[in-house]
Amino acid sequence: MVTATAARSPKRFRLRAGPPFWMAALALSFFFAYAPRGLVPRWALRLPRDFEIPLDRYLSQWMDWLVTQASFGPFTFKDTTRGFAWLMDWPLALAKSVLVTGFMLGQGSAAEQLTAPVSWAAVILFAGLLAARFGGARLAVLVVGCFAYLALFGQWPSAMVTLSSILIAVPFGVVGGLLLGIGGFRSPRFERLLIPILDVMQTVPVFAYLVPILFLFGFGPVAAMIATIIYALPPMVRVTLLALRRVPSEITEFGRMAGCTRRQLLWKVLVPASRPALMVGVNQVIMLSLNMVIIASMIGAGGLGYDVLASLRRLDIGRGLEAGVAITVLAIALDRLSQAAATRGERLRHDMGRRVIDRGWLLTAAGLLALATMAIGRDVPAVASYPEAFEVSTASYWAALVKWINVNFFDQLEAFKTFLVLNLLVPVKRFLLAQPWPWVVVLLAALGLRLGGLRLALTVTGFAMFIVLTGFWTKAMITVYLCGLAVVIAALVGIPLGIACGLSERLWRVVQGVIDTLQTLPSFVYLIPVVMLFRVGDFAAMIAVILYAVAPVIRYTAHGIRSVPSQLVEAGITSGCTPRQLLFKIRLPLALPEILLGINQTIMLALSMLVITALVGTRDLGQEVYIALTKADVGQGLVAGLCVAAIAMIADRLIGAGTTHIKQRLGLAS
Amino acid sequence: MDRPVGSPTGERPAGEIKLACRHVWKLFGPRAEQFLRDNPRPDEEDLRRAGLVPAVVDADLEVRAGEIFVIMGLSGSGKSTLVRCLSRLIEPTAGQIFFEGRDLLRMREREMIEIRRHKMGMVFQHFALLPHLTVLGNVAFPLEVQGVDRATRERRAMEMIELVGLRGRENYFPRELSGGQQQRVGIARSLAVGPELWFLDEPFSALDPLIRREMQNEFLRLQGMLEKTIVFITHDFDEAVRLADRIAIMQDGRIVQIGTPEELILAPATPYVAEFTADAPRAKILTARAVMVPADGIREFAGEILPQARIAEIAPAVLADSRPFAVVEDGRLLGAVDREVVLRVLVGGR
Repeated sequence: MVTATAARSPKRFRLRAGPPFWMAALALSFFFAYAPRGLVPRWALRLPRDFEIPLDRYLSQWMDWLVTQASFGPFTFKDTTRGFAWLMDWPLALAKSVLVTGFMLGQGSAAEQLTAPVSWAAVILFAGLLAARFGGARLAVLVVGCFAYLALFGQWPSAMVTLSSILIAVPFGVVGGLLLGIGGFRSPRFERLLIPILDVMQTVPVFAYLVPILFLFGFGPVAAMIATIIYALPPMVRVTLLALRRVPSEITEFGRMAGCTRRQLLWKVLVPASRPALMVGVNQVIMLSLNMVIIASMIGAGGLGYDVLASLRRLDIGRGLEAGVAITVLAIALDRLSQAAATRGERLRHDMGRRVIDRGWLLTAAGLLALATMAIGRDVPAVASYPEAFEVSTASYWAALVKWINVNFFDQLEAFKTFLVLNLLVPVKRFLLAQPWPWVVVLLAALGLRLGGLRLALTVTGFAMFIVLTGFWTKAMITVYLCGLAVVIAALVGIPLGIACGLSERLWRVVQGVIDTLQTLPSFVYLIPVVMLFRVGDFAAMIAVILYAVAPVIRYTAHGIRSVPSQLVEAGITSGCTPRQLLFKIRLPLALPEILLGINQTIMLALSMLVITALVGTRDLGQEVYIALTKADVGQGLVAGLCVAAIAMIADRLIGAGTTHIKQRLGLAS
Repeated sequence: MDRPVGSPTGERPAGEIKLACRHVWKLFGPRAEQFLRDNPRPDEEDLRRAGLVPAVVDADLEVRAGEIFVIMGLSGSGKSTLVRCLSRLIEPTAGQIFFEGRDLLRMREREMIEIRRHKMGMVFQHFALLPHLTVLGNVAFPLEVQGVDRATRERRAMEMIELVGLRGRENYFPRELSGGQQQRVGIARSLAVGPELWFLDEPFSALDPLIRREMQNEFLRLQGMLEKTIVFITHDFDEAVRLADRIAIMQDGRIVQIGTPEELILAPATPYVAEFTADAPRAKILTARAVMVPADGIREFAGEILPQARIAEIAPAVLADSRPFAVVEDGRLLGAVDREVVLRVLVGGR
């Protein structure tokens, strides 16, 4: 039944286990779940404290030492980091003066207003002109509309705080990511060092590293900006690596034959030739920075994020929704603007009839207008800030709507929730919590051996043992239960929808619009309607996670179905396949690797969202991280965060190996 | 008949050796250099056991100044790797490459850059145009990296663009041009620095047959004006025959034969070469000298022809007359060509 055979090369062992083996494993799991109490020894359910490695305590102590004692010569470590923060504060303060407060003379209450901030009208106009230059009239209308929303709904000052920190964080993230990516591209050794760090950076929840940042850089907008940069930078590094690799070898060879030095080859050939791909990274950095807005406000970023967070805490759904929508609107405007800037080159034809707004003219006009409004604004309040009399708010309507729903549909919603909680959530949770950790580790090892080989098996068991030894096993299983259920439901909804989208162009256009919008929403925004309808708890958390994480599985499935070579489909049709056979025998098997990739992405998103749902009262690793944040416990936060990362990496490595396995079988990869 | 039939084309004067390579090897795999140092003449079995993949095996060739030297082989024969070794885009595992008498492989990066900036040009199969630059920017690019000022380099680039017939397209982006036009840009760009050695790596393979034909003519026209030393890679024997002064045929990383098209047809070194030459347009390749029969005993000639005259050129005259023609060089009678000989060439026999 089970044989460990050498698959192809003598070096790689692979477990050849058939369905009976996995059925038996499942049966044993059920046995554990329903075994009488006391049959499974206590140590197998929870590692005794004496065996745990108190990594969290060590980390906290180390941090303590770093902040209070470490020093380079005359400067303590803390001086250095605070000095860095002080440096970073300059551009940020400048941006804020321009966009939010205006320039002041003096400090505190004695400060004298020198100028007003740039007028809201000037900002809207400038954004519109920029959009017109990059993307034409339609984009201009959209962008002006977005910014007008911010003014109209009284979000302007907060939005400008947020915008100024984005405007400063994004260049840092882009340039930093680009340079790191180039470093990795040039030196394989550096890349080998970089990739695991990126993996950790992208899988450890943001909350976990907020505390150390707080310690090192203090509370405030700069610390928030640094956290934002750390969060937004990894995709830029990856995109840069990929983009530079994708430059056709002939282009590189041409550069060398033209006599480029290494530097010229990089900056005159490789980087410009991969510009469209790099711009995807820039777009990612912008979107992730916006995604961080709310989380960053926990360590003092202020702005829209703070508004959402404060409303959420007061359960003021209407206000929270408006501020959340404001973030989204800002995200949409910046997203479309950056995308238009990225593809601009492709549309900028030599013989294009449309006159492009000249860059010099645009900048001069913007500068003059800004200065003028800053001068006038000091005396004319309506120029400086959008007049309150013209603001509108829909907050009260939203509150009324929620109230109406809760009054009229309370019973139905409650029944729905209770039914699912009792029949789905609780049993699954109980099942998973009853599994002894040695058994789970063995299962993971078997899966690793089956899908990849010895190395994969060692990797995944290593990650699992990390969780066991640091003492977060139970919490981790709760995370697995919530995340697992959410992913299964997302896949059950997403895969059929993706298939339908893959087959129908019209449906795809509609769905694409919806999921594009869903993906521009900052993760926190999902909590608002969910809390409105289901209040707090695992169920609300799960719904939010599903909503947040469902997009990739739809997108990848649709793309997978779509990219099945048409010849193969035609071959199927000419062999007399029914549409159903065509789907199940040709399209789906060939799209499977892509679908798995989508599920993998969904798992990653689900895990990152799960941590945020700690705010609505889950009891998993995310909650541990969140509690650590409120207690400013560096060690607990980091270790719980690393446990989340470990779960993410186990899933990622197993699915990755599975995908390669299938691709090899299909002959799509060697 | 006063003037002999057949134009005096024939071989170009043999110039100095511009580029030569000696025992060049390129093996892919772990510790290839060490392996080759330990056994300088490995056979296929040795390589297989060491886990090495041979791309170029013991290549030896010489390219003369002003010559069009074609390297021909099917895909995977190592021709692209060889040309990349010759230009040192790939570092050979072993061997020497002499350019104007100096070993390229011993040069430092700086020297190599200088040589590439001033003495070498290369045209690529998929054009390798920079997508972010216009035609003008692309053609001026090799000058730009040398630090030539904008006015000078754009003037020079415009000359090149005119040379390849793309005047008026200088502000187009590559993606707005057809394949043939893109390769014209590639050619203009490779010529912008006035190189002496010109590498063309399957320059016309990605083009449609009709365009390919047109580009071959264009290439011959340019070479007629410029007289570069050319290393031309192709997998198409007809193209090789049309363009080449000499051809090197590669198979599995080895150069199996080097010779003029005529030599390859008359004396293929291996069955592999013979297979290529079987369908070649013999009448356009073979000369009178190659097919003539002894003239002993022939009393009456219809006229005189030069020994280097191609059969295709003399065929109409020879076929129109029942008498044989004399093959004469500097007043000496070398042999005779009659109807039967020409017919045999035309129908494909030997």
